[in-house]
Amino acid sequence: MSIRITFITAGRILRQLLNDHRTVGLILAVPALIIALISAIMDDAPEVFDKTGLILLAAFPFMLMFMITSITLLRERTGGTLERLMTTPTGKLDLVVGYALAFGAAAAAQTTVAATVAFAFLGLDAAGPAWAVFLICIVTALFGMALGLFVSAFATTEFQAVQFMPVFVVPQLFLCGLIWPADQMAGWLQGVSDALPLTYAVKALAEVQVNPEVTGAMWGDLAVVFAAVLVATVLGAATLRRRTN
Amino acid sequence: MPPTPDTAIEVRDLVVDRGKKPVLKGVSTAVAAGTVTGLLGPSGSGKTTFIRAVVGTQKVKSGTVEVLGRPAGSKPLRSRVAYVTQDASIYPDLSVKANVAYFAALYGRGRSEAAAAIERVGMADHADHLAGNLSGGQKTRTSLACALVIEPEVLVLDEPTVGLDPVIREELWDQFRELARQGATLLVSSHVMDEADRCDRLLLLREGRFIADDTPADLRAATGTANLEAAFLHLIRDLERAD
Ligand SMILES: Nc1ncnc2c1ncn2[C@@H]1O[C@H](COP(=O)(O)OP(=O)(O)OP(=O)(O)O)[C@@H](O)[C@H]1O
Ligand SMILES: [Mg+2]
Repeated sequence: MSIRITFITAGRILRQLLNDHRTVGLILAVPALIIALISAIMDDAPEVFDKTGLILLAAFPFMLMFMITSITLLRERTGGTLERLMTTPTGKLDLVVGYALAFGAAAAAQTTVAATVAFAFLGLDAAGPAWAVFLICIVTALFGMALGLFVSAFATTEFQAVQFMPVFVVPQLFLCGLIWPADQMAGWLQGVSDALPLTYAVKALAEVQVNPEVTGAMWGDLAVVFAAVLVATVLGAATLRRRTN
Repeated sequence: MPPTPDTAIEVRDLVVDRGKKPVLKGVSTAVAAGTVTGLLGPSGSGKTTFIRAVVGTQKVKSGTVEVLGRPAGSKPLRSRVAYVTQDASIYPDLSVKANVAYFAALYGRGRSEAAAAIERVGMADHADHLAGNLSGGQKTRTSLACALVIEPEVLVLDEPTVGLDPVIREELWDQFRELARQGATLLVSSHVMDEADRCDRLLLLREGRFIADDTPADLRAATGTANLEAAFLHLIRDLERAD
């Protein structure tokens, strides 16, 4: 792996993203707007909004990273640039970590805007420190990225890549505790929920929600998400083939 | 026979299947360093497949491909061999300049080298345009610049002049010849017979085999024809009669 090439790759991916002004606008504005909408819907129940709003802060970058990674990488595969890169000194890990750096930066920008709006203007409340929320959101975003990287290998068109959203992302959102607490689901579903990495991001956020200090439980949950990032990244990198048929 | 230092590309008994279909059925050749070799053949004959085997992106069934004395696609070769794919492999959402600068940077080359490469393919006037908004020929030239900027020892080009006007084609071939004169080895696939005459050696691929591997002059002499187009038709007719 080459640090130099990794940063060159990340710079190229960020430049591609920045050239697409409309996408940049959507990335920055949409989560804040949706969270504002949810806060208005839950106008009479601020304690419910505290929970839901916090989960949404992590859910948006997760969805976003999944989508933009799977589509950008699919374009690299179908546009021939991946094949070309595989004949250059770029290593698979340089490319994957380059993606993580570039889209991680995009996730950080998105989280900053959404969290600022939610905490400063929408009255979102959490007992724990803001940096812990931020950290959980970024790690969750990286999980979305790694998952997108992996599934892009199974799509041959952008249309298919979009169809993977309901398969890989929506069930995790439903089961992570966003729409219903996991401990009130059918027993077998709780088992499924426990197997999904996004659930641990939500648990970690719940810890930050109620504890003024960061807890060991939060670190434990975050470690699970981080492990999922590593596994999905390795699986994703394994789908990048230097030789194809 | 081990490859001599003068052999840049050595292919032995290469067999490649694509989707169960045999595409290359055991081809062998040696490409001398510092030469321009033309790879010719009808559409679908396996030119791209052969080229992909040389740059190491094609799964091969059997046989060996060595470039600069090392297995094709091996790590040390990746900074010495450049590949220009048949369809321009560039980023449509980056400018011409950003595309070339990116590939330049991967090889430790800077902005001035990138600007020079853009100049060499006649794209200086369009350097700030998004690659996605270029014409087909302009995309091809941008893709070419991304390889020229590397100053590779081996340059592999898959139909680099398709869709280009005669003036720019002539200029590019002058550059290919100049690169070879400076010691680079070029493997260029083409459909255009008048380009074949500018090669030192020609490989004619048909139905998965080389039916000719010779200099243009020798090919004309052997077939008793005045131009290469006629020479190839002659060779193909002979084969068809033999079938
Ligand atoms: N991805 C693929 N899967 C299966 N078969 C393929 C694939 N790509 C090419 N082929 C087949 O392999 C054969 C050789 O293809 P190749 O692209 O090497 O031809 P070519 O000589 O470069 O043609 P052209 O001049 O049109 O570019 C063709 O018959 C083609 O149908
Ligand atoms: Mg081809």
